[in-house]
Amino acid sequence: MNMEISRRSFLKGAGAGVAVTTIGAFGFGEAEAAFVEGLRPYKLAGTTETRNTCPYCSVACGVVIYSKGDIEQGTAEAIHLEGDVDHPTNRGTLCPKGSALLDFIKADTRLMKPKVRRAGSNTFEEISWDEALDGIVRHMKDDRDANFIERNMDGVPVNRWTTTGFLAASATTNETAFLTYKAVRSAGMVAFDNQARV
Amino acid sequence: MTNSWTDIRNTDLVVIMGGNAAEAHPCGFKWVTEAKANRGAKLIVVDPRYTRSASVADYYAPIRQGSDIAFLLGVIKYCIDNDKVQWDYVNAFTNAAYLVKEGFTYQDGLFTGYDAEKREYDRATWDYQIGEDGYVLMDETLQDPRCVWNLLKEHIAIYTPEMVERICGTPKDKFLKVAEMISECSTPTKTMTSMYALGWTQHSKGSQNIRSMAMLQLILGNIGVRGGGMNALRGHSNIQGLTDIGLMSNLIPGYLNIPTEREVDYATYIGSRGFKPLRPNQVSYWQNYPKFFISFMKAMWGSAATPQNEFAYHYLPKLDLPAYDVLRAFEMMDQGQMHGYFCQGFNPLLSFPDRGKITRSLSKLKYLVVMDPLETETARFWENHGEFNDVDSASIQTEVYQLPTSCFAEDEGALVNSGRWLQWHWPAQNLPGEAKHDTWIMAQIHLRLKKLYQEEGGKFADPILNLHWPYADPGEPTADEIARELNGYAVETLRDPNDPTKVLVEAGQQVPGFAALRDDGSTAAGCWIYSGCYNQNGNNMARRDNSDPDATGAYLNWAFSWPANRRILYNRASADLDGKAWDPERKLIEWDGEKWAGYDVPDIPPTSNPREVGPFIMNPEGQSRLFSRGMMRDGPFPAHYEPFESPVVNVVAPAIRGNPVARVFESDRESFGDADEFPYAATSYRLTEHFHYWTKHVWVNAVLQPEFFVEISEALAEEKGIEKGGWCRVWNKRGSVHAKAVVTKRIQTLMCDGKPVHIVGIPLHWGFTGAAKNGMGPNSLTPFVGDANIETPEFKAFLVNIEPSNGPATA
Amino acid sequence: MTINVNPPVAADTTMQMGPQDYIRRSASSVPAPARQLEPVAKLIDVSKCIGCKACQSACLEWNDLREEVGVNTGVYDNPHDLTPNTFTLMRFTEWVNPETDNLEWLIRKDGCMHCADPGCLKACPAPGAIVQYSNGVVDFVKENCIGCGYCVKGCPFDIPRISKVDNRSYKCTLCSDRIAVGQGPACAKACPTKAIVFGTKEEMKAHAAERIEDLKSRGYSNAGLYDPPGVGGTHVMYVLHHADKPSIYAGLPDDPRISPLVEAWKGVTKYAGLALMGFAAAAGFVHMAVSGRNRVTVEDDEEARRLAERAPGAAPLDPSKEPSA
Repeated sequence: MNMEISRRSFLKGAGAGVAVTTIGAFGFGEAEAAFVEGLRPYKLAGTTETRNTCPYCSVACGVVIYSKGDIEQGTAEAIHLEGDVDHPTNRGTLCPKGSALLDFIKADTRLMKPKVRRAGSNTFEEISWDEALDGIVRHMKDDRDANFIERNMDGVPVNRWTTTGFLAASATTNETAFLTYKAVRSAGMVAFDNQARV
Repeated sequence: MTNSWTDIRNTDLVVIMGGNAAEAHPCGFKWVTEAKANRGAKLIVVDPRYTRSASVADYYAPIRQGSDIAFLLGVIKYCIDNDKVQWDYVNAFTNAAYLVKEGFTYQDGLFTGYDAEKREYDRATWDYQIGEDGYVLMDETLQDPRCVWNLLKEHIAIYTPEMVERICGTPKDKFLKVAEMISECSTPTKTMTSMYALGWTQHSKGSQNIRSMAMLQLILGNIGVRGGGMNALRGHSNIQGLTDIGLMSNLIPGYLNIPTEREVDYATYIGSRGFKPLRPNQVSYWQNYPKFFISFMKAMWGSAATPQNEFAYHYLPKLDLPAYDVLRAFEMMDQGQMHGYFCQGFNPLLSFPDRGKITRSLSKLKYLVVMDPLETETARFWENHGEFNDVDSASIQTEVYQLPTSCFAEDEGALVNSGRWLQWHWPAQNLPGEAKHDTWIMAQIHLRLKKLYQEEGGKFADPILNLHWPYADPGEPTADEIARELNGYAVETLRDPNDPTKVLVEAGQQVPGFAALRDDGSTAAGCWIYSGCYNQNGNNMARRDNSDPDATGAYLNWAFSWPANRRILYNRASADLDGKAWDPERKLIEWDGEKWAGYDVPDIPPTSNPREVGPFIMNPEGQSRLFSRGMMRDGPFPAHYEPFESPVVNVVAPAIRGNPVARVFESDRESFGDADEFPYAATSYRLTEHFHYWTKHVWVNAVLQPEFFVEISEALAEEKGIEKGGWCRVWNKRGSVHAKAVVTKRIQTLMCDGKPVHIVGIPLHWGFTGAAKNGMGPNSLTPFVGDANIETPEFKAFLVNIEPSNGPATA
Repeated sequence: MTINVNPPVAADTTMQMGPQDYIRRSASSVPAPARQLEPVAKLIDVSKCIGCKACQSACLEWNDLREEVGVNTGVYDNPHDLTPNTFTLMRFTEWVNPETDNLEWLIRKDGCMHCADPGCLKACPAPGAIVQYSNGVVDFVKENCIGCGYCVKGCPFDIPRISKVDNRSYKCTLCSDRIAVGQGPACAKACPTKAIVFGTKEEMKAHAAERIEDLKSRGYSNAGLYDPPGVGGTHVMYVLHHADKPSIYAGLPDDPRISPLVEAWKGVTKYAGLALMGFAAAAGFVHMAVSGRNRVTVEDDEEARRLAERAPGAAPLDPSKEPSA
């Protein structure tokens, strides 16, 4: 019914490579894409399309992120986001949250630097990644060595570290999840949980 | 979900109860509107509130929150009394005919074996009678009073329409209309789907809410068929994946278990897992448990996991408690027994019950690490924000690290949707500022901790030092590398056991699927149920062929669905005892005389004779359970229990408060309230404009729903003098919040046990960071109580009081 | 990096629409276009709408608009009204059906109807500030807008809003920039339940007929299409479950039509243009535009006749004749 559904036909013949919208391919720059009276230039001209998945609920709608710049060069930046019309579940649609994902990516409250808040302080201070990570693992090791239960009263090896806990995310990838699992379990941590219940 | 989002198009009746799909899962709800528009399907919504889902329903019935079991057992009774049962399905595919041990009873709201002191049951009698041959005893005529069917009938006899109205507040005529519509799906050619979410799980008896509907679906013959199923609508984009991969205190990836300390060695651990078939010729797939477990251990510890050390069995922690779930973790913190805590993309200050206790607990930590792409209230729990976070920073000694992470737009990898599809995604932009991928952060934490142990020594470091870390750049493992690890690979060359000259998989190559996994250490797989996701054909999660032959909604070549790319679980049950589809219009797989084949990957060994092997191969019965033996902590049948805080007493068992085996800590009991002081039944929920505490950071969503509010009926507003759009205060023993009042016809006063019950609806999206107006949320008010089986907090039913107010002191 | 397995789906960005397709241009005349574009329409099926506001969200994002974060006033409607930045808005009505005594939550997406006979365009005195394409899209050209507000007065649906920032008028463009490259409007694309669909007007009418049949089978005997003839039909149409009572949907006009005042004014501007406008007429009109009502009243009709008679170059209005396109 909708015009963009016809884009589904592109799928079958699609070759490799990241898509660049055709105005860009025709050699028009974005400014001259469509400068005619009353019509705004088509803002996606010359952008790169990347397939991604909405990070909110479990419908897992397919999204297309339109970006400028080059990810290999470290200059890629998203400028727009829409539903993926090829996706069997959402067929190009997005809810009010998914439709506004660009503002999530670019939220004013997006975190940019590691910070630490010292005991009793009323403010965060910026620190380097090295300082942050070394500070964290120092805490971990001290706590683990002081509280680790190697064996229970019956002498059975139980390898429990009960005094530090880990709450895993709900929107990270499987790959992050498994790496997290490995790091957390190998340390013997038992208070390990995720967001399944809330 | 047993089925998938796109399968909902095949249904005849959608029942949304314990969820609000239109509001919380709008693009999945699309398939409800498709079924309605294209199949003439009907939609029923049963909810305390007339929700956005209700706004497009064919029939809406109100219900008091926390009374769903009474309603559903009432529907089951209606179906049985009116002979609306898919008998062939029930006889062939359920345990209706199994005989139950003599000692099992249910009386005064309790099953046999209750220990009030320990708040737990001795479940010894909750089991079948087993014959001398080791198989279960049955009466296929369903005459024996001890057969499951007769015990079930007896158990639900009290849930008459009158009793349902008394407990649930659902007017009898509305209940009967719903029951009648549902019962029509007992024919083989009509099916119903159940779409539920946290409206059922967030109760002290949440698991039993779901079981009640699952039992109803079995009686109607709706499990395993297109357009049917039990469809849990997961709340987060990869909470299915995080659960599959076992990021919980008691899990190993693929729903294996962390050992308990009673399992003193590997032999005991495996030996205590009885997967012996309970019926002749049954496939009991969990008999493969050792293959999956040992392959996992090889993925974890590589060459350090050997037959000599029981494949590093003692590297695993062993539990002394059933679970170190989040409620227990915060209880331990509050008791001073926990010193460090990591929050990866998680905001417990707003997510967990009794916010006062959460703040108190976090304040007792020595260190807290927060990894997130966005500001969170948790990372700033120590910061004073007036009424919105009234703390004394100077007195809080916790050191807090806030680490900036990537978000989806910068990530690569797979997320698992509610229908178990593993879908790959690609990064569209580079990391902003100094943000890092979570994989980098976790790798750094592991490697730096390992280095400290190498340099300094310390407590049992072997599992850390020997953790298998086969990545090209150890400091930054790639998604591709980890995905291969999850799928599994041959550690040694795998040969055909029948013909050792034949090589199946060369050492180092990906295994094709979990059937190739072995228990001798020759294979490794991070998560057996994902096996097949990245095999010799490459990354199957990245597949994007959206063709769908005959429009069944299966999409077999789109991404990868666990297990084994199967789209509908238990799909063998879509066919009758001879293997013919119950509904020829909705054929899924059929038996062609030699094998099973059709539109989906069969959920049964493909050559299993249909009259020999039952469809539920993960159960040693081969059949589904109307009676769940000792698998649930709170009973083999669901029973009605009130929420811990209820406006009415339990009319079935007046002496019992809440679920008798629910998770309750003694220290929290004094914070519970009663109806005389807090007369109003509150519930919490999401709104469609927001996602948890994330979208308040998103300008557009802040515009669409800017400010914290509560919803009340016109009757309660009038009684209390609360004006539409005015401020009100909602409070109980645990906290107090100011909110705008949405006074609405969508919430009605219910009559329960002769008493009017007013409902207060409290959405959950506001805090003190982000673009939206500062506000509070339900977790300032919710009780620290968890479900008996999986410790989910009881967020959906609690008590409050309400009055008009002038708003927060600092707006 | 496995980005190379991410297959491309290129948008067709060839411009398919432009000034050559104007059939009307405010306060000016346009040559008859050489071709007729296929008339398009957006169909809003109120019975499938779940009020999720995806349309509002997609509209803000596509058009790079930023609305203020407001407050809650006791309802779900946010923002509370259309604004220069809010081109579309869900309006929620809790209506108890007197026939069934059941509550119905009526949710209507409000926004420009893209009338075939556009009152805004006819009222507009600024040459080229409002244009109509042969496919039915009525678009504002802000560069030509003088912010007089006559379009607001001319609109029977109370849609355009004047920005206090740049004093120009704004409303839904039907995503003319997307339609020009062969895509549907952002709201229609986003709509999760396909309550909003977009296509040719003929397709949309056929789709509406199917939807109405389904609704009638579910007991909505008065289900119907809202494509009001008083404005020549619209390129945004509704399927209503209660088409006999449009006004229960947050005041959707039962029988919208252009004010005779605007019809008269049309005569003034078309031939005389802004420069020749009589002072008295202009002052009177501005007064009406700024302080007046959006619904046509008897007084409006009287005022229109009076003004029209006084305006130089204006043809006398025949009070017995209904306005026509």
